[in-house]
Order: sequence, then C-alpha cells, then structure tokens
Amino acid sequence: MNEFFSMGGYAAFVWPSYGLGLVILIAHIAAPTMRRRRLLSEIARCLRREARAAAKAESNEGSKA
Amino acid sequence: MNRFVAWFHRWGSPKHFYDMSGRWAPWMAALFFLTFIPGLYYSLIGSPPDYQQGESARIMYIHVPAAWMSMFIYGVMALAGAITLIWKMKMADIVAQVSAPIGASFTFLALVTGSLWGKPMWGAYWVWDARLTSELILLFLFLGYIALTTSIDDKRTAARAGAVLALVGVVNLPIIHYSVEWWSTLHQPSTVKVMGKSAIHLSMLIPLLLMSFAFKFYYAWVVLSSARAEVLDRDKNAKWAADVAQAQAGEMPS
Repeated sequence: MNEFFSMGGYAAFVWPSYGLGLVILIAHIAAPTMRRRRLLSEIARCLRREARAAAKAESNEGSKA
Repeated sequence: MNRFVAWFHRWGSPKHFYDMSGRWAPWMAALFFLTFIPGLYYSLIGSPPDYQQGESARIMYIHVPAAWMSMFIYGVMALAGAITLIWKMKMADIVAQVSAPIGASFTFLALVTGSLWGKPMWGAYWVWDARLTSELILLFLFLGYIALTTSIDDKRTAARAGAVLALVGVVNLPIIHYSVEWWSTLHQPSTVKVMGKSAIHLSMLIPLLLMSFAFKFYYAWVVLSSARAEVLDRDKNAKWAADVAQAQAGEMPS
C-alpha cells in the first residue's frame, strides 16, 4: 500500500495532478446543481410573497365594503 | 427537412430544453461514472509503469485527456458561435457561455499537470516551447471570452462579441495540434493517432481512452446541467419557471 502511495518516488508530481483533476471535476458539477436549487427556492419564495400580498389586498377590499 | 427544423426550434424553447436536459443529464452522469471509475483504476493500478519514466507516466492519463478536452471544448464554442451569428439561436450562445469556464479549467489542468510532469522528466516546470506557449494562449482565449461576455450587459451584444472572439481564436487550434511538428519542441509529438498506427501499448491506451471518454461524458453532463440552470435564470419570471418551482416546493417537506 505504501508503495502505491509513494508512486515510485513521484508522489509529489502524480498525486497533485490527480487531486487537481478531481477538484475541477467536482467544482464544475456542484456549481450548476446548487445554482438551480437556489433559483428554484428563490422563485418559490417570490410566488409565496405574491400570493400573500394578493390575499391581503383582497381582505382589505372586503373590509372597505 | 421540415422535421429537422421543427426539432431545431423545439430545442430553442427554454421550457423544452429544461425538461430534456433534466432527462439527459443523469444518463451522461451514468456514462461518466461507467468510464471514469474503471479509467481511474487502470490509470493508477491496472497499467504498468513506463520503462523510462516509471510511475510519473501516470500523469499522462489526466494530462492528455485534459489537453484534448481543452481543444474540443474550444471547438464546440466556436461552432456554437457560428450558429449564434448565422441563426441567432439563443441556446447556442448559452452552450458557448457555460462551456467557457469548463474549457478554461481543462486548459489549466493540462498546463499544471504538464508542468508537474515536466519537472521530473525535463528538469523544468515550464519552457517556452511552441506546444506549451500555444496551449497557454488557449487559456487566455478562454479567459478573454469570459471577461468579454460578462462585461457586456446586453445579452445579445455579448453573444455576438463572444461568438466573433471564439471564431477568430479557432486559428490557434491547428497551431496547438501541429506545433510539435512545425517547430522543434521539447514536448513530444503525438503518440495516439486517429489515422494510422498509434505508438502506444494497449495497456496504456486503455486507461487513456477510458479517461478521455469519461471527460467527454463529464463535459456533456456539465453543459446540460449548467445550461439548465442558465435557462431557468434567464426565464425565471416565466409561467413555466413558476410551475417548476412550485412542483419542486410541493415535493420538499416544508
């Protein structure tokens, strides 16, 4: 196992290469997934706010009459 | 022809794209994992060390696919740019926009892994040889594209300017490819050839091809996911976006 991690003395060159590759792969797929989720909850929040405002306006109309 | 035009137009509809990309992205993810996991195994364990370079040759399985991706993605961006200019198709511009950061990252990865491979083999992290320099210019092209398109507020002007930049930069692709033949470079010439016999043993070709397919599928997965988010963002005030958000909110426990 130790032999595997030492990469024949090239560990300092091999592992950073694979590490950076992995970081890049994870980052570029995590970003759009999180962005879409954030957008969806933002849209849902907007819709709830609009629905509340509409309901309030309606009850105001009712009390005036 | 009519059916093709109809198909083309459907992909131009944001809602259709949102639905279709949601269906296709998991398949691309599955194909990525199916090639990446065995690819990683053969890269690190299942392939022999090089008889001259020893274990350091394993950097190749990241370096070469990353370099291929950098050029492939630039090619996609230029093609998308041409479609943007000719047919003014918004989806093509979105594909180009979301490709640029991934392309820049793969170019950066190719440069860094090349540098990490160059130090033990050549004795230097960097040399100003034609291959390295032209790949560095490719990185600047990607970064220039990102800077240009994000600095223009009007989306249509940004799309056109980006498309022109992407198309002009295409001249760099054959320069990168032939640099090792045209100039006397420290970088070695191509080992893997599409036409003719490759000068690489099967035991090393297998991880190399697995990793390069994995990167291709990964790119398709990321483009679909990123374009999906971008389409939703541009259309967030549309009725369909509200429907999607509401359906999603209904599924989540409040």
